[in-house]
Amino acid sequence: MPDLAHSPPGAPPQILLKQVVKRFGKTQVIDHLDLSIPQGQKVALIGPSGSGKSTVLRLIKGLESYQQGSIEVAGSPVPGLRSGWRWPWSKKPPVVHRVGMVFQQFNLFPHLTVQENITEAPLRVLKLTQEEAEERAYEYLGLVGLVHKAAAYPGQLSGGQQQRVAIARALAMRPQVMLFDEVTSALDPELVGEVLAVIRSIAHAQRTTLLLVTHEMNFAEEIADRVLFMEAGKILADGSAQEILVDPDNERTRRFLNRVERR
Amino acid sequence: MFFDPSVVDTAGFILRQLASGALLTLEITLLAQVVVVVMSFIIALMRLSPWRGLRWIATVYVEILRGISALVLLFYLFFILPLFGIRLSPMTTGVIGLGLTFSAYGSEIVRSALTNVNRGQRDALRALDFDPVTAFRRIILPQALPFMLPPMGNQLVELLKTTSLVSLISLSDLTFSGAQLITTLGQQTLIWCIVLVCYFIMAWPLTWLVRRYERHVTAWREGSSS
Ligand SMILES: Nc1ncnc2c1ncn2[C@@H]1O[C@H](COP(=O)(O)OP(=O)(O)OP(=O)(O)O)[C@@H](O)[C@H]1O
Ligand SMILES: [Mg+2]
Repeated sequence: MPDLAHSPPGAPPQILLKQVVKRFGKTQVIDHLDLSIPQGQKVALIGPSGSGKSTVLRLIKGLESYQQGSIEVAGSPVPGLRSGWRWPWSKKPPVVHRVGMVFQQFNLFPHLTVQENITEAPLRVLKLTQEEAEERAYEYLGLVGLVHKAAAYPGQLSGGQQQRVAIARALAMRPQVMLFDEVTSALDPELVGEVLAVIRSIAHAQRTTLLLVTHEMNFAEEIADRVLFMEAGKILADGSAQEILVDPDNERTRRFLNRVERR
Repeated sequence: MFFDPSVVDTAGFILRQLASGALLTLEITLLAQVVVVVMSFIIALMRLSPWRGLRWIATVYVEILRGISALVLLFYLFFILPLFGIRLSPMTTGVIGLGLTFSAYGSEIVRSALTNVNRGQRDALRALDFDPVTAFRRIILPQALPFMLPPMGNQLVELLKTTSLVSLISLSDLTFSGAQLITTLGQQTLIWCIVLVCYFIMAWPLTWLVRRYERHVTAWREGSSS
């Protein structure tokens, strides 16, 4: 396995996890995980269900607490959350917005229009003016091809369109890191393509660091500079798409790949 | 048949008495509802907070108030507290007693409405780095209100009717005025009938508003999925 865990000299890692342990109650779901991702790298995270892929993403975004180790994004520590779901949460949000995240279930705000969904955070969090926020909304709606839906409500859109709005909403915050958690898994097969196309264009056009969890192996192979294979809270294989997906030397990776359908 | 002028006088007297009683009933209802709303939100947020101590206090509050009858609480505040040197006016007693009683149920309404806004919304808010107050005001509350308002409205109707209990701590509300009129005029059947109609007239618009709002909200929700 090539040593990709260390970034090239001079460039500090954008994402850095050291010996991170995460437990839900007594169950340990992340097991002394080390991970270093340099700026601009496009990383695909694959592995069987329950291996902890979502948890890794949620940890990097600061949506979960963790028990041991340290997490840094762009050199700043990401504090673990005391409790992941309760209201109101106790942690103060970071001052600088660095990490954007897109979820499997879109999680758009149903009572706001598409445009308001996108402008809300730039207005309230980044304190942009209305015009600046709207300009951004149209920029990213253009990118995902949904300018004509600006006035619609999420409930009036297809799943694929909703997910594209969710991506535009995350991008409008201009994050340095984008996390995608199985963003096509909740979609009808015929809608997967349009969402992947958007991610592809982000991957090609932007200097953003990408970390995406996916079951679309062909897609991972196409856009990822690097593929991580995870099982039981550990990274078992780490290498280029060729090394991990095409001719894996890790026995478990091979078994996993044989199981998942290649699209 | 001749028109007896004393009948007109009597009718006017009854009307004035009942009107002033009804006014007091509305006043108590309104003030108590303010207590209900404020306490319901405080207790609901405490029950959902990450701090165990706060959750515990809120749970005890709800359990105790749910177990006490409103009337007994009113009597306690009115007759027993003075023995400890705390003297509240009948009005304050009525507003606090009813407000606290109804806030126990109210906090459950608020809590379940807030938890009805799913976890995904909270994840999205945190992923966009919203601060808790903005997130609550702009995203969580607007989505929770449709779940909250209909049961809150029904509860308000219930509160309005329950205010009749304050007649027992010497407040001259609608019920009290009715009882007084009977002592002076007799006419038991007639007067209780009028009182009944008065309560109905006050409650009905509220009930109607709640029903209308419920229809409006379900229409909105059917139009959206996520
Ligand atoms: N909130 C939670 N409470 C308790 N256990 C949890 C919670 N979230 C996740 N887990 C457990 O942690 C483990 C890892 O979950 P995670 O969601 O990270 O897996 P995953 O790799 O994303 O799986 P999938 O491919 O099914 O999405 C699983 O065993 C899961 O049951
Ligand atoms: Mg997952």
